[in-house]
Amino acid sequence: MAVAKSVKLVPDFSLSPRIDQVGVEERASRFTKRSIKNETKMNGLKLVLNMIDLTTLEGKDTDGKVKQLCYKAMHPHDAIPGIPTVAAVCVYPTMVKVAKKALEGSGIKVASVATAFPSGQATRDIKIRDTKYAVAQGADEVDMVISRGKFHAGEYNFVFDEIAAIKEACGEARLKVILETGELGTYDKVRRASDIAMHAGADFIKTSTGKIQPAATMPVTLVMLEAIRDFYYKTGKMIGMKPAGGISKSKLALHYLVMLKEVLGEDWLSNEWFRFGASSLANDVLMQIVKGETGLYQSANYFSVD
Amino acid sequence: MGKAIIKKSSLSISENGLEKRASSKRLEVLKTYKIYIGGQFPRTESGRYYQPENAAGKKLANVCLSSRKDFRDAVVAARGAFGGWSSRAAFNRSQILYRMAEMLEGRKAQFIEELVQQDATKAKAEKEVNLAIDRLIYYAGWCDKFQQLFSAVNPVASSHFNFSVPEPTGVVAVIAPQGDSLLGLVSVIAPVIAGGNTCVVLASETKPLCAVTFAEVLNSSDLPGGVVNILTGKPAELTSWFVDHMDVNATLYCENDSDTQKMIREKSASNLKRVSFYDKINWYSEEGESPYFIMDTQEIKTTWHPVENIAGAGGGY
Repeated sequence: MAVAKSVKLVPDFSLSPRIDQVGVEERASRFTKRSIKNETKMNGLKLVLNMIDLTTLEGKDTDGKVKQLCYKAMHPHDAIPGIPTVAAVCVYPTMVKVAKKALEGSGIKVASVATAFPSGQATRDIKIRDTKYAVAQGADEVDMVISRGKFHAGEYNFVFDEIAAIKEACGEARLKVILETGELGTYDKVRRASDIAMHAGADFIKTSTGKIQPAATMPVTLVMLEAIRDFYYKTGKMIGMKPAGGISKSKLALHYLVMLKEVLGEDWLSNEWFRFGASSLANDVLMQIVKGETGLYQSANYFSVD
Repeated sequence: MGKAIIKKSSLSISENGLEKRASSKRLEVLKTYKIYIGGQFPRTESGRYYQPENAAGKKLANVCLSSRKDFRDAVVAARGAFGGWSSRAAFNRSQILYRMAEMLEGRKAQFIEELVQQDATKAKAEKEVNLAIDRLIYYAGWCDKFQQLFSAVNPVASSHFNFSVPEPTGVVAVIAPQGDSLLGLVSVIAPVIAGGNTCVVLASETKPLCAVTFAEVLNSSDLPGGVVNILTGKPAELTSWFVDHMDVNATLYCENDSDTQKMIREKSASNLKRVSFYDKINWYSEEGESPYFIMDTQEIKTTWHPVENIAGAGGGY
């Protein structure tokens, strides 16, 4: 029976692939069992540091706190030469200007959350204005949240249109779309939300706001990486990935790198295509790097808090 | 065909003709001596073990041969437990030390048996266990009293209220005495935790049985996990890691090996660890218990508190 081939720009998202939960979890746990030699580990740690979006998203943030964080971003640990900077500093829109000024000339990006972060419960008009404000203040990257309520209600077109509208408001800034996987519930939904975000114009897809538990996990990240892979095969377009929240140990971060390399390959192994959203991870990585250099186990007492 | 009656006795010979194992002999269930980290009893991550022997050459047990990574994990556990333990009311720490003594008393027979296995005579073993219990009671008493003894209000020539108080130094690494494997262990641990520190202890290499059993006592006596962590293994392998670690604030060493002492002093300089050598102490005598042992892992904090200079302003009450 011949079926007329309809030209569809946007697929039917309810037909996104279903995820084998057991399989994904099993596969994700395999990535934690690779043996990594010392030299590779040191290079990996430096790469991890260079992929961090150093983040402060608190109600109590002040200009001073943001400036301090920016200094940390530029000078993670001056006692050891040759340590890279982080990739970006991630703040609220009102702090973008401060961060932009503090980071001037360093090459470190300023990322701003927007669209009524973290709940996303606001009208589209407000979300667009929020985004435009952040970009006007100088944000190089915008981290938006999707409307999880609408997504659960099956209003995929609403979610899609919203992301597309924010993408337009971003202009030159790169858009990261936060799925908030902790609120999505199943891997099927994570996959579907990933597909929606990528087709709607996301430059990055990101797991979580960091305000909800569970945040990033390896299986969830694996599902999203596979979505990116499939999207790449289909369209030839590379999409970035940012697991955020809950990654605070170097060892875990290295597991993520292993997973990244084995799922997406070398092309994604840079901070242009992969980021860690974290605040405490940086210090743990620094402690491991110093341990590698000196051979002595380190103490948090000797590393700046922010 | 008649009914086949199966008698018990007919089962004594199995089909292949082998004799049934005599039922009176029971296979003994031997205890696995594991290490104690963060309130858990893991095996060493290295998977290694050694077999200490008594004087008669009898193998005592398979004991974990801990690695530097076990030590690293133990320090993380100890550091994690420090905040909670040091901020507890001193009186509460006292209650918990007393509880440890109670639990030790309850398992006295087991400790005596282990000490006898490790070449002590019955009488000496009993004495050692009794003294260990008494020592815990002794330090339980000191928990909320040594501060009063070692604090001071200092006279200063300005309008400040100036006072000094002892505060716990942090994570203490202990290389326990090789000889008195229970009494020595308890005598070194008790003052450290009485003062609000947490510790990682390397038990006696040749006589480790009591240390592991003591960990079981700790685990059942309200002591939060991570306050005391006990490893078994070789001091020759681990001592340098104990003193190299930047997150360890003090080291206690109980042997009189002068090369090791020199090495400990040198390496401890990297982050200014407090170092104490307890190599000449007879733990059975009175010199084996003193509030000064608590002070070895305390630091003195002095506070300058501004006060209104009533006399200077010509005022008064």
